[in-house]
Amino acid sequence: MPEGRLCNKKPVDSMEQLQALLDDRRGLKYYEEMNELDVDRAALSTAIQNTCKSRIRTWLEICAHCGLCADACPYYLVNNRDPKQVPAHKIQSTLGEIVKRKGDVDNSFMQNVMDTAWSKCTCCNRCGMYCPFGIDMGIMFGYLRGLCFAQGFVPWELKIGSGMHRIFRAQMDVTQEDWVETCAWMEEEQEDDWPGLKIPIDVEGADLLYTVNAREVKHYPEDLAEAAILFHIAGENWTVASEGWEATSLSMFAGDWAACKMQVETVYDSMKRLKPKRMITTECGHMYRATVLEGPYWAGYKSGQPPVECIHYVEWVAEALRTGKLKIDPARKIKEPVTYQDSCNYIRNGGLGDIAREIISYVAEDFREMTPNREHNFCCGGGGGLNGIGRYREQRNKGLEMKRDQILETGAKIVISPCHNCWDAIRDLEEIFHIGISWTFLKPLLLSMVEVPEHLKPPEQ
Amino acid sequence: MYKFLTGPLLWLSFLIFFVGLIVRVVWYVRGLSWQLDRVAYTEHVAYGIKGALRSIVSWLLPFGTRRWKTRPGMTILVFVFHIGLVFTPIFLLAHNIIVQERWGISWFTLPGSVADTLTIGVIVSAVFLVLRRIAFPEVRILTSAYDYLLLAITVAPFVTGFLASQKVAGYDFWLYAHIITGEIMLIAIPFTKLSHIVLFFLSRGQLGMDYGIKRGGMKGKGLAW
Repeated sequence: MPEGRLCNKKPVDSMEQLQALLDDRRGLKYYEEMNELDVDRAALSTAIQNTCKSRIRTWLEICAHCGLCADACPYYLVNNRDPKQVPAHKIQSTLGEIVKRKGDVDNSFMQNVMDTAWSKCTCCNRCGMYCPFGIDMGIMFGYLRGLCFAQGFVPWELKIGSGMHRIFRAQMDVTQEDWVETCAWMEEEQEDDWPGLKIPIDVEGADLLYTVNAREVKHYPEDLAEAAILFHIAGENWTVASEGWEATSLSMFAGDWAACKMQVETVYDSMKRLKPKRMITTECGHMYRATVLEGPYWAGYKSGQPPVECIHYVEWVAEALRTGKLKIDPARKIKEPVTYQDSCNYIRNGGLGDIAREIISYVAEDFREMTPNREHNFCCGGGGGLNGIGRYREQRNKGLEMKRDQILETGAKIVISPCHNCWDAIRDLEEIFHIGISWTFLKPLLLSMVEVPEHLKPPEQ
Repeated sequence: MYKFLTGPLLWLSFLIFFVGLIVRVVWYVRGLSWQLDRVAYTEHVAYGIKGALRSIVSWLLPFGTRRWKTRPGMTILVFVFHIGLVFTPIFLLAHNIIVQERWGISWFTLPGSVADTLTIGVIVSAVFLVLRRIAFPEVRILTSAYDYLLLAITVAPFVTGFLASQKVAGYDFWLYAHIITGEIMLIAIPFTKLSHIVLFFLSRGQLGMDYGIKRGGMKGKGLAW
């Protein structure tokens, strides 16, 4: 059986396919079918010829085998310095072999490649910072995931995830109606406490176009309400788009480049349609990476820039605090020791390390840096889609020990984590290890300490 | 024999060395793709150059990066090895005399004691590079016979040259061995990962541009390597 009904080389484009996958509990049947999946060697060979160019080939070839990348990798460190976790070894024994053999590999080889690409690397790009030649193995693993996806060797959840983007243009099954209704619902909910608060939909020429993560809409819509309240207090002229409202990209984690393009194009279309001055993402790391940093290239923009200037939520917060649009009540600043989880996707790979510290200076009295921090920080342990993959739960949980120990070392009781993946990983590590910490996005934190201007306060009852 | 080794064969070696490296550079640069690499190389040139230079310079300086700082032993090893490899042959008096005899030009030369020290530095650090390949599991797993062969190709001209310069017994043998191994090294460079003598700069520059243009360089202060 070359192609399974569930596990095959075809991406998910229809509700029927999607439902069939969702009905397969924990992907049991899916992974069973994967054992029979044929490798299309000719296609793999062609793909390498067409897309594996001098940058990656040079990286693979000139690697000096010096091992300096080893302790850059959290998985190497946390797995008792297992040599099999050395980044150079991981990429040479997978992508390196595929290229060397010109795609002539079999099923079991590809399954091993899949397991390596998704459970031993979160594409945090830290190793690339520690290689004297500048060999970025995270980039190569991202590329390798694309080869795997095209061959059907992709974790079940991410096959579903990229399918969600293809069908709903969102990472979850949230339709445009669901989204618009949620906006109205959240607006209504705030009527009493915040008279005049609006969640403006499709307003042209606003200062800010706010984009969200579908899971906020589906699982914790209060996040949207909090965003609206903060914009309301800051007096922002903002809007959301009824279409192209979701800027995440599980397809990036899956290596489904075609879906990546589809997804960002809907977001870019909303920018072109509504012509906001700037677009702002919610507190999500990979969303920023996908839609702001990588997306323009998927969409074929030679400038490498999205249609309008895009900022991460932390940039807006820092700006609002700096300009006084949001004022913090000094008495309500956090007194407990607090630390900050530097997200790989917008700190190391987005250059926003200073912005994060600027925010901290306004909201916390006892800030403790993790070691290492900023660009050099370790992945939370759940990046690159790893949080969501059941098959690799054990490996993910092992990786969390790195973050656990880093946090414990700071003595902090609160971890500020303006990134969905980091936030999840830290929540999970607390649930597993019970180290007595709490974790938070910026929005609830800011709401707990922001000064509300008189005219915005609800009338006395 | 001497005439052939230092005549046609030397010319051929240098020809292969230079042409080979030029081909490498051209192939590398031509293979870069803004869309596949997802770096707008030609659109934000100033940011690109800044990122590339920062990336190259930080790593060229001993202890210039976090990696060099956190691994001081390896850093010393790498720099002693490479400084000796690069500077000794170019600024060696004996080499300069040959150039002067043939073309009438010469340049700064190292005092003999310095050249000897640098050469011994290359040989000793090579020994340590071999030892760490054997001793450290994280290096051992990456190591194959090819890595030892390349180290041998690299160090052989220094061992033979050093012995010849010390006028040990069998001077002619060591001299010929020195010339031949030197030529083997020159020829091997473009065809092996020794090509990193140019590709280091290109690869470092490329990642520097990636960070400088796309990954935060246009917003933050630039990556602290």
